Amino acid sequence: MGRFHRHADGTDHSHDDHSHDHDPLHDHSHHHDHDHPHDHDHRDVGDHSGYATGVERVEVLEAILGENDRVAAANRAELAGHGVRTVNLMSSPGAGKTSLLRRTIPALAGRLRVGILEGDIATSIDADALTDLGAAVSLVNTADGFGGECHLDAVMVRSGLTRLPLADLDLLVIENVGNLVCPAEFDVGQDARAMVYAITEGEEKPLKYPVMFRTADVVVVNKIDLLPHLDFDLDAFRANLAAVNPTATVIELSARTGDGLDPWLDWLAAVAAG
Amino acid sequence: MHELSICSAIAQTAMDHAGGRAVRRVRLRVGHFRQVVPDTLTYCWDLQTRGGPLDGCTLDVEHVPAVVVCRSCGESTGLSHPILVCGACQSREVELVSGEEFLIESIDVAEEVS
Repeated sequence: MGRFHRHADGTDHSHDDHSHDHDPLHDHSHHHDHDHPHDHDHRDVGDHSGYATGVERVEVLEAILGENDRVAAANRAELAGHGVRTVNLMSSPGAGKTSLLRRTIPALAGRLRVGILEGDIATSIDADALTDLGAAVSLVNTADGFGGECHLDAVMVRSGLTRLPLADLDLLVIENVGNLVCPAEFDVGQDARAMVYAITEGEEKPLKYPVMFRTADVVVVNKIDLLPHLDFDLDAFRANLAAVNPTATVIELSARTGDGLDPWLDWLAAVAAG
Repeated sequence: MHELSICSAIAQTAMDHAGGRAVRRVRLRVGHFRQVVPDTLTYCWDLQTRGGPLDGCTLDVEHVPAVVVCRSCGESTGLSHPILVCGACQSREVELVSGEEFLIESIDVAEEVS
């Protein structure tokens, strides 16, 4: 909070020291040389009703997340410079991202050199669960200097990249914060987006969280071993997913048993091969 | 709930374009398919700007409808649900031409340096 109160030029425009009901002829010096086009209105706006000055409209036309996108492009370029391909792995909390990675890392040993950038709001629980598997792991806690954000953004990923041996990696998996909304909005510099969906979440989730499901290049349908025990309609889920994202690759597997893992490993290898 | 970080980005961009002048109004264009709740955004905007250089600056959020153009029948139709289908012929061969906007369109600044 308050971080944007710094001006790039170091100036401080705090308005705490004047009241908003002042006389328009107060001690501001009002130089009105009106030689610029006046296609704007002169309504006073906001709470500054005491200002006698008009307003000028300035066209901006910039992406709201433009700065994030610029840092994401820098991340992508740096990773590419080291020959690293990157997957942004997203899901709701508890869908099985970390369990899938615990299966994935040993299974790719000897095939790909894998690094993990682990994003969580707090704790090193997931990072700890991955460190004994032979992958380089960098932890980013968003509660530690990043406002406890519900997603990773490009700047957070940039900070995590500095703690990874990029020259020694083929594939980086960024395990995003568990959340089906916000991570979909932020480019972090990935080459591909994967999401883990667990069949315990219900068939309707693609329709409820369409942006997340639409951004995914691959949807891993996890906990498929539970299918006999649930009232889950797999065909209805597939239809809902196809409605919002007809081109997604769908891989059904169980991170718990390891069944169905091979297509996922092949997909990762294809990403790593560029 | 990423509205706070979005407000931070909006504020920085607005000030970058204001050239030191007071920003009275910021206009956004937000597509139907962006996951931003306008009321939440304006609430967070008030929280974040209070007491700072953008105190009192109004945030206008213009909603941009989602529109697809059909490659089969050529019609343009609006979408209320995120299912990419032509409203005229039900074809799935459609292109989304609006609805994903997430732009700062313009700002109103005071005519003089405050």
